[in-house]
Amino acid sequence: MAYSDKARSQYQEILGGLSEKGLFKEERYIHSMQGVEIEVEFPVGKGVKPAPVLNFCANNYLGLSSHPDVVAAAHEGLGDRGYGMSSVRFICGTQDIHRTLENKLTSFLETEDTVLFPSCMDANAGLFEAVLTPDDVMLSDRLVHASIVDGMKLCSAKYDTFKHSDMKHLERKLQEFQTARQRMIITDGVFSMDGDTAKLDEICELADKYDAMVMVDDSHASGFIGKRGKGTHEACGVLGRIDVITTTLGKALGGASGGCVSGRKEMVEMCRQKARPYLFSNSVAPVIVAGANKVLDLISASTERRDKLEWNTNYWREGLTKAGLDLKAGNTPIVPVMLYNAKLAQDVARDLFYEGIYVIGFFFPVVANGAARIRTQLSAAHDKHHLDKALEAFTKIGDKYGILGLKKDEIIAKYGM
Amino acid sequence: MAMEEMITQYVKDEYLEDDDDAPGLDDPLISSGIVDSFSMVSLKTFLENKYDIKIPDDKATPEAFDTVRKIMALVREYRPEAQ
Repeated sequence: MAYSDKARSQYQEILGGLSEKGLFKEERYIHSMQGVEIEVEFPVGKGVKPAPVLNFCANNYLGLSSHPDVVAAAHEGLGDRGYGMSSVRFICGTQDIHRTLENKLTSFLETEDTVLFPSCMDANAGLFEAVLTPDDVMLSDRLVHASIVDGMKLCSAKYDTFKHSDMKHLERKLQEFQTARQRMIITDGVFSMDGDTAKLDEICELADKYDAMVMVDDSHASGFIGKRGKGTHEACGVLGRIDVITTTLGKALGGASGGCVSGRKEMVEMCRQKARPYLFSNSVAPVIVAGANKVLDLISASTERRDKLEWNTNYWREGLTKAGLDLKAGNTPIVPVMLYNAKLAQDVARDLFYEGIYVIGFFFPVVANGAARIRTQLSAAHDKHHLDKALEAFTKIGDKYGILGLKKDEIIAKYGM
Repeated sequence: MAMEEMITQYVKDEYLEDDDDAPGLDDPLISSGIVDSFSMVSLKTFLENKYDIKIPDDKATPEAFDTVRKIMALVREYRPEAQ
């Protein structure tokens, strides 16, 4: 038998090691549509009745994942255009609605052109190798998403990294690589674990000074950051100055799946011609394209949902701060409650679940060692009473663990790192 | 400047914040998360340029770069006279 006992025991040993280190990821089963009020089974498979909880850990920033208009548009797309394409885009997998969605994204993001990918993970995996050569260099912020790291590894260009949002360090690197054919500065727009925003205005200044292109992954920003929700480039006043943006349809923009590369038309065309995840995987399914087209219509017509999200974010941050919890500074709907100790983060998340609040503890290696936290995420679908209930729960559990009013050093002194 | 001092200073400047202490000779850099394995490329380039050596990719492992002492040993594989 090819799958020998030896092979099986090797895998079992690895998986056992993950459990021993507390790194084994366990899924919870949701028995409802994605939203704020959901039914969650946890632990799973033990006959536990799904519990009603408030969701504070989804990327459902605009609350569109189960929005009736989006669901209706998806139903219509399913009826009109079918379930799947059974093809990649360039053979027989492009419907008119794919190009419509690409055009809507171009218009919304204020770029020159857009190409859809099966996911933003795929967009990041395919982009760099499609547009760069071994004579070029990629300079990436150290906290970019894992998919960018993977994409850079798949690219033959040289690479280096700069300290997180450290413009002096970036400038030194740009000076160091002035002889390269092209330089590309690579960053997230909003960083997913800390919720802080890239200094795109300063990055664009450096890019101009040192003749570099700028690439931004705006997955945690598209649809709601900036006064019209266009993204980090709008918030930083650099619309039209970002050469290439990658983003996802799997978060604020409907939450299903799919992603895109949007930017300079030649770079987008290079992706269409050369990016392997685009060339060798199926088209985004018509049902998703139809839903996403409706999402773009909704967010282009009104900023009501991103405005509510902004209000929710401010109310939530103020409430947690008043309660005495230690937050990462920022102004995005990603609000990390810092606990520093991995076990404490897991204990607090578990207790909050039993209070009806669904959050997850994050710890090394997902975040830096000694920087464990609960990452809370706001949604436009949260109403004030949801936030008030969650603030009450955080206050109760924070008090149970004696961390209210404590700063970083005091929490570490009490629980260790 | 002696190799230990030079590497320690580079790691501090390149990877740590201004108010952080410099790493000790045996302090873990990568397994502790101070240096992530993707960012260690700049350390590899620095060593190659400084000591005029070429460290093969299969030797530039997270384990080989995990402490200042191990990094010094790696450099000496290719430049035994380095102090």
